[in-house]
Amino acid sequence: MKLLEFLKGERKKTASVAKERLQIIVAHQRGQRDQPDYMPMLERELLEVIRRYVKVEQDAINISLDRDDDCSVLELNVTLPRS
Amino acid sequence: MAKIIVVTSGKGGVGKTTSAAAIATGLALRGKKTVVIDFDVGLRNLDLIMGCERRVVYDLVNVIQGEAGLNQALIRDKRVDNLHILPASQTRDKDALTQEGVEKILETLTKDFDYIVCDSPAGIERGAQLAMYYADEAVVVTNPEVSSVRDSDRILGLLASKTRRAENGQEPVKEHLLITRYNPARVDHGDMLNLDDIQEILAIDLLGLIPESEAVLRASNQGIPVTHDNDSDAGQAYTDTVSRLLGEKVPLRFHETQKKGLLSRMFGGGRR
Ligand SMILES: Nc1ncnc2c1ncn2[C@@H]1O[C@H](COP(=O)(O)OP(=O)(O)O)[C@@H](O)[C@H]1O
Ligand SMILES: [Mg+2]
Repeated sequence: MKLLEFLKGERKKTASVAKERLQIIVAHQRGQRDQPDYMPMLERELLEVIRRYVKVEQDAINISLDRDDDCSVLELNVTLPRS
Repeated sequence: MAKIIVVTSGKGGVGKTTSAAAIATGLALRGKKTVVIDFDVGLRNLDLIMGCERRVVYDLVNVIQGEAGLNQALIRDKRVDNLHILPASQTRDKDALTQEGVEKILETLTKDFDYIVCDSPAGIERGAQLAMYYADEAVVVTNPEVSSVRDSDRILGLLASKTRRAENGQEPVKEHLLITRYNPARVDHGDMLNLDDIQEILAIDLLGLIPESEAVLRASNQGIPVTHDNDSDAGQAYTDTVSRLLGEKVPLRFHETQKKGLLSRMFGGGRR
């Protein structure tokens, strides 16, 4: 079987590509689950502001809200291009 | 007190109505007093799958709006005792379904039945949310395909937050995974997500696995839920699913390619 796959050129099976993509998407979705409804809007607006100063990609911004018992931390990660 | 089970998925066309009909039929065949409700207002289909489309007089919305009593709208299944159908209306007005109306109907039904099966519309809008709101358990119907799995995960998020149990801080809705339209041959070829991958990604209990089957179309053509087709793979898979829903341990079937024997290879295997 291994030899056969080798001879056929060991093409990556589409199902395993599907699995990898889903794992990333689902992890992302689950991260957003408990977030307040305003987060997507906040993320968009923050991106807009940043873009007034630096040219960044759509996916260069990552925002998350971590809640503790007595306070919440809004974490903002922006990957800036090499200047 | 009835157990309320929602059959849901997010994505359309994955087999919710087929499964709701098959599971409700299976529960009734096991002697449970069961009612299956079509929540797909505007696009009713459950009546066709159950084979009672010509006996629909009143529907869910008529009852909610006080135009008919619940008993006038409930249709008694011709084949199985203990099984009733509450059809959806064909009205285009989506707001016809109100939360108070649904609550009142479920409250009444819960006194008379053992199981209430709610066939959810596709999407994550109002209709789908109403179908799941009062649920005790959820059957999340998923096809081995990326968009279906992603949508199922979205639905799991809603089940954990937008249901009565979640809002009241009660024990959460019990979530079950039902994989349908599974094709073991394509899985073997590496072209279809396999059972373990889907389970790993969604991380909920596997209730059952229904193979892609010709029996399903035959069943819907005739308006006879596939559970009645005892000789078919899908029929047997739904029967197993119902047994598990009732808490029995039943080994999984139909998830592996059949090793064809010499005879069936010679004669082409015939229908399964
Ligand atoms: N296990 C299966 N094998 C083959 N066809 C199926 C299977 N389950 C569902 N189907 C078909 O898929 C289509 C959509 O099914 P349906 O139950 O109406 O989905 P939904 O209610 O989620 O929109 C129908 O044509 C149905 O016959
Ligand atoms: Mg449907």
